[in-house]
Amino acid sequence: MRVTQGTFSFLPDLTDDQIKKQIQYCMDHGWAVNLEFTDDPHPRNTYWEMWGLPMFDTKDPAAVMLELAECRKVYGGRMYIRLSAFDSSHGWESVKLSFIVDRPANEPGFMLERQERAGRKIAYTTRSYAVNKPQGERY
Amino acid sequence: MSTKESAGLPEPALPQSVNLRQEYAETGLADILDQLDRELVGLLPVKTRIREIAALLLVDRVRRRMGLTVETPTLHMSFTGNPGTGKTTVAMRMADILHRLGYVRKGHLVSVTRDDLVGQYIGHTAPKTKEILKKAMGGVLFIDEAYYLYRQENERDYGQEAIEILLQVMENQREDLVVILAGYGDRMDKFFRSNPGFRSRIAHHIDFPDYSDDELLRIAEIMLAKQNYRLSPDGHDALIAYIEARKGQPLFANARSIRNALDRARLRQANRIFASDGAIAIDTLSIIDAPDILASRVLKNANGADTSDAGKE
Repeated sequence: MRVTQGTFSFLPDLTDDQIKKQIQYCMDHGWAVNLEFTDDPHPRNTYWEMWGLPMFDTKDPAAVMLELAECRKVYGGRMYIRLSAFDSSHGWESVKLSFIVDRPANEPGFMLERQERAGRKIAYTTRSYAVNKPQGERY
Repeated sequence: MSTKESAGLPEPALPQSVNLRQEYAETGLADILDQLDRELVGLLPVKTRIREIAALLLVDRVRRRMGLTVETPTLHMSFTGNPGTGKTTVAMRMADILHRLGYVRKGHLVSVTRDDLVGQYIGHTAPKTKEILKKAMGGVLFIDEAYYLYRQENERDYGQEAIEILLQVMENQREDLVVILAGYGDRMDKFFRSNPGFRSRIAHHIDFPDYSDDELLRIAEIMLAKQNYRLSPDGHDALIAYIEARKGQPLFANARSIRNALDRARLRQANRIFASDGAIAIDTLSIIDAPDILASRVLKNANGADTSDAGKE
């Protein structure tokens, strides 16, 4: 099951050229571009690991693509890698754009667990098949 | 940038001939080259090389549009020359020139020295160098006094690590940034001898010649004009004498020595005006006269009596 989240979740994965253009858009607006990765695909998992520091003072997408290439070399095909752009201007101070740029080759998807509670109530929870294994061995 | 613009135009049928003059005018290249001629005195080999590079990039631009294969040329450069011959000044211009030619995308210049690239402990250098390289992407990275990167006497020096990262990026990301190394001639030679990889990855080795007396005089006039000063006829003669005397003394740093001399002449001029009583003509405020220059220690010691403090001039 293909996990989607972020700004372009409804589109197929962006190509490198398209990613470059998005980075350029972020830089034109003065947002700091940041790379993050994780192997826990749950949608509520907001704490992804950072790849290096956010790139505050780069002027050209080539710099981010360089870091992305490095990150892919290490985690490409076995972790989710996302790119996020942080707007530090006063009043915003938050992530303005974020999308997935790399994903594991094989995504097993999620299991829906039903828990029967008192009074015929059912509590639902989703659980990725991947997280049954310990961190670092999941994909 | 410029290639993108031309690609955006409605596609005309491929013409059989091209007007290079027209291309030349469109890029605004003439402006930059004229400006270079106007504002930089002398430096003939440098200007020739810049013209050659400009011509190559212009032709490449046309070739690309005609659908001929174009391989990104290597534009890494090394500027060598004595102190004060204009290496840094030209590097600043270079970023602008390459940007207008569409060779670099952003055209900013990141000027660094050893301190900015080399770390202080193990594992510090690589991130530091990479950070600088990332900052310079899309523009020009100018490494002043590049020979300090390599310290021969200490084989565990972290400079070597910075050099390796630099070389790798210079080779693999030629289209993303241009690296310019600058330094004094003899030391750069030594640096290249101990790092042959560097030498072969740099396509343009440009040597900055020393200035002649006439050129130094013209430089002085341009510097003064920029600050709204001018020389009186006597002052002019005094400056000629000064340049001749200063050249014979040790630690002569071409245009930089001249700039320092002019700064001191301004001090003396201010002092002279301040000491004079009564109203002064507005004109006097901007005229450097002979006494302002003749008071220099350089001329007093011109007969070789004492050059030990020539550095202070």
